[in-house]
Amino acid sequence: MTGSSFNADDLAQFKQTFFDECAELLADLEERLAAMQEETADSEALNAIFRAVHSIKAGAGAFGFTQLVQFAHRFEALLDRMRDGLVEQSERVADILVRAGDILACLVEASQSEQDLGENYGSEVCDEIDLLLAEIDGLESVLTSDEGNSVDTVVSEGPQEDQKNTVCTFLIEFAPKAELFRHANEPLFLIRELQGLGQVETECSLERLPALGSMEPEDAYLSWNLTLTTDKPEEDVREVFEFVEDDCDLKISAVQPEDVTHGSLSFHILDDVPETGDEDKSPGESDAEVLVAAKPATEPAAVVANVPVNAQKTSAAAPKAKATATPAQSTGVSSIRVDLDRVDRLVNVVGELVIAQSMQAQETEDRQGGHDFLINQANEDMSRIVREIQECVMAIRMQPVKSVFSRMPRLVREVSSKLNKQVRLLTEGEQTEVDKTVIEELADPLTHMIRNAIDHGIESPEEREGAGKKAAGAIKLLARHAGGNIIIQVIDNGSGINKDALLKKAISKGIVAEDAKLSDEEIEELIFAPGFSTAQAVTDVSGRGVGMDVVRRNINKLGGRISVQSVQGKGTCFTLTIPLSLAVLDGMLVAIGSEKYILPLASIVESFRPLDEQLRALAGGGEVVSMRGEYIRLIRAHHLFNVPGAVTDPCQGLVVVTETANGGKVGLLVDELIGQQQVVIKSIQENFDPVLGVSGATILGNGRVALILDIEQLKSMPVSADTWKPSSPEQSEASPANGDEAQIIAPEKMTDTEGMQVPATV
Amino acid sequence: MNDHVESPEQEEISGEPSSAQNGNFHQFISFKVGNEEFAIDIMAVREIKGWTETAPLPNQPDYNLGVLNLRGTIVPTFDLGCRFGMGRTETTPYHVFIIATVQERTIGLLVDAVSDILTVNDDQIRPVPDMERMTAAEFLSGIITVEESMVVLLSLEKLFHTGDLANAAEIAA
Repeated sequence: MTGSSFNADDLAQFKQTFFDECAELLADLEERLAAMQEETADSEALNAIFRAVHSIKAGAGAFGFTQLVQFAHRFEALLDRMRDGLVEQSERVADILVRAGDILACLVEASQSEQDLGENYGSEVCDEIDLLLAEIDGLESVLTSDEGNSVDTVVSEGPQEDQKNTVCTFLIEFAPKAELFRHANEPLFLIRELQGLGQVETECSLERLPALGSMEPEDAYLSWNLTLTTDKPEEDVREVFEFVEDDCDLKISAVQPEDVTHGSLSFHILDDVPETGDEDKSPGESDAEVLVAAKPATEPAAVVANVPVNAQKTSAAAPKAKATATPAQSTGVSSIRVDLDRVDRLVNVVGELVIAQSMQAQETEDRQGGHDFLINQANEDMSRIVREIQECVMAIRMQPVKSVFSRMPRLVREVSSKLNKQVRLLTEGEQTEVDKTVIEELADPLTHMIRNAIDHGIESPEEREGAGKKAAGAIKLLARHAGGNIIIQVIDNGSGINKDALLKKAISKGIVAEDAKLSDEEIEELIFAPGFSTAQAVTDVSGRGVGMDVVRRNINKLGGRISVQSVQGKGTCFTLTIPLSLAVLDGMLVAIGSEKYILPLASIVESFRPLDEQLRALAGGGEVVSMRGEYIRLIRAHHLFNVPGAVTDPCQGLVVVTETANGGKVGLLVDELIGQQQVVIKSIQENFDPVLGVSGATILGNGRVALILDIEQLKSMPVSADTWKPSSPEQSEASPANGDEAQIIAPEKMTDTEGMQVPATV
Repeated sequence: MNDHVESPEQEEISGEPSSAQNGNFHQFISFKVGNEEFAIDIMAVREIKGWTETAPLPNQPDYNLGVLNLRGTIVPTFDLGCRFGMGRTETTPYHVFIIATVQERTIGLLVDAVSDILTVNDDQIRPVPDMERMTAAEFLSGIITVEESMVVLLSLEKLFHTGDLANAAEIAA
């Protein structure tokens, strides 16, 4: 593991792998520690925590992150005592563990970014651990204290602490499974390693050995009973088996030295194992030093006569049996690590496959008029399979939101302790899956919202008690699927949004006119206005005014929406609705003139053909259409986009009512709705500048490109596209009717249009 | 429909035709726009694709023909003739898109026909004479004479520089 034989690149790569692994381990650790705060962890959970810390320690040791190793070692020592049941799982311990987990995470980060956190970073927690350990060790003199300078050495060797050289005897029952060999481990090496720790007596048990004829050459039949006399702590003994733990049945028990005499040893072991043949034990033979192929005398009667030969062979053959085990026994590796780029490539290629397939289907249908049953059948099958492949590929990218949610407890602890508030975080539905890219984009908004919830939402303990609430506030983070969306809610039981204060502030900031009458929802919406913060004072946690508007923008970027409900004094609930994947969109294909566009289906409320009396051009520009008494702004897409040949009379076309991010509605005039279809989103910006009013493009079944409309941008576009004149006057593509109407709806914000109409490129 | 022609650069470049001779040789692809012959650096050319329908982008200059589907990638296309002030090209199925890479972006250039691959020594490239008040000259990087006729070298970088305009668009959005 030393870097000497590798060049720097390799080392950097290994380091990266280490940090990747650390991130996963830390997430797991965090989650398990959080669970421990709720309920007592069972031994499996403790083991998992221990393994996580230990793996980090081992890796850190290899790369020489001394501070990290030292801390991890301390942490590990505590966990080990817990595993042994020497430490009660009290609130205090849980608290220390959680804090230790945080520090460990910080140290890993620091190691990664090569920061120096200072010599004494985390020393408080270290001291507490030491104190705790000292208390235990005071009770249990058998166990050595783990003070110290132990950690400079590479970890897998086991720390060479200065110990009270208590000689201890361990009885180890070691029964490898076939997987052990499959994972390229070797019992002999393990036993040799044990010998490095002290004196080992081995006894090989052949009880599971079948007759030669029925023997599976790559299975594992042998097990060993080992007696180790060593001055090292049990921890070291366990460490030998660290990497095979899951692939074998392992029992390690410590025996007080006086309990064991060499002579009675094999009795002792065999008595513990009921299945072993009970009559013929020969005490003498446990003296053997190395791997002992058992003698016929020790065999249970069931084994056939040729066993001794057999046994010799298998014990020699077992190490070779690495390659494959019998399928029945191999549970195998359940997950693999794949570079995200590869998955992305696969997603892209499959996207193309979908398009190519539908093109082919359409083409063959056009050519033979849909009469050839076999071809139609084949096309249908093909289409089904391709869709299935696409679903599978998309599923690869799906991940539980857990990876984001699990970062939050730490955040809550940090922020709440900084603000002297008591906050409990509850999470629900963390197994809900969503596309990886969505997950990445979720972290920031969620962090922001939780910070906000603690800072602005949850009151101080005194205030809470004054209001008759529990001193500790609660924040609930909830995720679930709903249709093609994931819904994430951040709910706090804090003070809620103070609507009066909000409105006052909005008025003072000039966001809202003084005499405006706003509904409660509209007032709540104000928190998404740019430059808004209701915190009484700017704290270092939040309140700088870059707040919910950024969150909303991030969520909108994901094609999602955010809304807020609040009851003053009771709490606030933010609801995020985000599409499961960024790559696929449910769209409505609409025709505008000669062009076809995709409207995101999620934003469409309804569509209708208005009557003449429902339309009204407003003075000062703008048009409205009334729908059941509601006045909705009418947007003429053909105007904005300068599309020739479009229906210009709304009474002849269709008004598609769409919902905008802030819950408002706009009506988009289109010629007709063609149909609903799922489209693969392609970026325009990859090869071109952003185009106003268009969020992306997709490829239709016939191979042509259709643009995906961006309602938000359409809404803010200057009403007439005529403000930008085509460079060559004779090429005026606009339909004749456009000119007149452009006059009726004069741009509201002419001054803004200059910048927006920058022709992209050239 | 997708009968694109593989870029000739494979055979030409891998054979290193110019390395045997002295001096710095460059290869260009020459093509016709209207009655004039232009050429661009062969290294920028990804492939040559037969004409396909494009989807117009809104509010773009006339010479922007919209985007096409290049095996799943959205590629913006430009009418070079229109860019050079010859008016919009009346496209026919015989027109050709040269798919090129400019500053890591893939673009399509509509031309009338691809003519030849030119291997040119650096000293054969004559500078474009200074022309006053002719801003278009910025994207002309040189002139070469091939068989008595004049071929104008284009600098795609200058023709399609993206930085400042992208910034402007961002500010606007």
